[in-house]
Amino acid sequence: MTAAISLNNLDISYSGTRVVEGVTFDVAEGESFALVGESGSGKSTVLKAIAGLAPEWSGEMSILGQPRGHGPDKDLARTCQMVFQDPYGSLHPRKTVDAVLSEPLAIHGLGNRSERIEKALRDVGLDRRFRFRYPHQMSGGQRQRVAIARALMLEPKIMLLDEPTSALDVSVQAEILNLLKRLRAEQNLTYLLVSHDLPVVGFMCDRVAVMTKGRIVEIAPVDALHHGDFTDPYSRQLYAASGG
Amino acid sequence: MTEPLLSVRDLRVTFPTPQGPVEVVKGVSFDLGQERLGIVGESGSGKSMTGRAILRLIRPPGKVTAEKLAFQGRDLLSLPEREMRALRGARISMVMQDPRYSLNPVMTIGRQIAEALRVHENLSRSATRARVRDMLEAVQINDPDRVANMYPHEVSGGMGQRVMIAMMLIPEPQILIADEPTSALDVSVQAQVLDLIDTLVKDKGMGLILISHDLQLVARYCDQILVMNAGRVVERCAAGELDKATHPYTRGLLASVPRMNEDRDTLPTLDRTAWEGT
Repeated sequence: MTAAISLNNLDISYSGTRVVEGVTFDVAEGESFALVGESGSGKSTVLKAIAGLAPEWSGEMSILGQPRGHGPDKDLARTCQMVFQDPYGSLHPRKTVDAVLSEPLAIHGLGNRSERIEKALRDVGLDRRFRFRYPHQMSGGQRQRVAIARALMLEPKIMLLDEPTSALDVSVQAEILNLLKRLRAEQNLTYLLVSHDLPVVGFMCDRVAVMTKGRIVEIAPVDALHHGDFTDPYSRQLYAASGG
Repeated sequence: MTEPLLSVRDLRVTFPTPQGPVEVVKGVSFDLGQERLGIVGESGSGKSMTGRAILRLIRPPGKVTAEKLAFQGRDLLSLPEREMRALRGARISMVMQDPRYSLNPVMTIGRQIAEALRVHENLSRSATRARVRDMLEAVQINDPDRVANMYPHEVSGGMGQRVMIAMMLIPEPQILIADEPTSALDVSVQAQVLDLIDTLVKDKGMGLILISHDLQLVARYCDQILVMNAGRVVERCAAGELDKATHPYTRGLLASVPRMNEDRDTLPTLDRTAWEGT
């Protein structure tokens, strides 16, 4: 079986400064994999490089067996979509939900737009009346649902989740996490989740990679979170800081 | 029994809207001594408004009423603005959520902290500088002289928050109100900042009001906890007895947090229809 995401010795730079070094991991199809670490550890940068938002990288990257090039890739967008951290910032303030959700369909020339949009809204648990609302008419949790619906519009296989709940209240976080978990089971998605919240990772993921200073120091099964048996000193420190 | 530092009875905050006045804080009462009080609730529960009302930071058209709002026996609501200004910062001060927005971007850190001191005390320039230096050291900044000459954009979020704490604590207030002091920070830095607040509060015998949406965090750092929902206090308990909380809202909040040792398939969510408002 080919891996959904395969990174081999990936280095990523921003205008000449290397921020991620020698990252290597494989995510199997249908797996949920997490990258954890502090801000500045490079975890979000890895996601950005996969999504094509950080083009200055070297090494090997392949998505569902296809090597990924450096330029924008329309076919990749069909299989791999990203959900961003801040639903207050990631939705266009002057576009309705309907406009936001039809855009990927228009770009990829897909028909049946109205039905697809209604289905996506249903999938993320939003009522039909939200379809013609603007972002400012919705709560943070509802906006994040729209952002997830947008990512699901092209029926991707892989979802890149960049701290999808860290801008939300704990009670709303629970709803979004349940939603993501249900979607993964229903649509057989592969998740690559970036988070600094270890309990969230414990709830969502199968395996976890700990990053610090641009490197992966340890890849462990999620049981490590349950028992706290990390081997790397930095991972232990992070685990202790999270109240484990 | 000694008089509490702060005594609040039936505090109400209202804002007028086209649909008539909306009450966002509906009768909150508590006493604060030299202890750590946590106020927990979701967005919109009125927890931040409660903190701001104590400092009279709610601007018109917002209205604050209370049966009693007293700091060391002095009624805060009837105090003239001039005296209120002397009290704010010097006796009761507040740490805001995000250091990136709450520090002055065009003033060096040293000058900002010195300003906080100069407003309330009359000290010579060298004495001020020495106090600033000590304060920066107290918040565990290693190289205080260098940091004092830096601008807020040159420091990290965690350091910015420590600068803010330094600024708030330098006039040696009796009460510190911390409104989500760490929600803009990383987990690993969060613990450091809260430990710092904790030690400073203990050493100086201050009262602390910690406002947060994170129940576990509040339970770890406070003695007493108030849980707020839709402007009301729905539960009050000692931090150690949080697991014995009885109100369904508190129980719901507690259950919805993923645990480190997670074995549930779905997280329980709050049934919002069961409560009024929000």
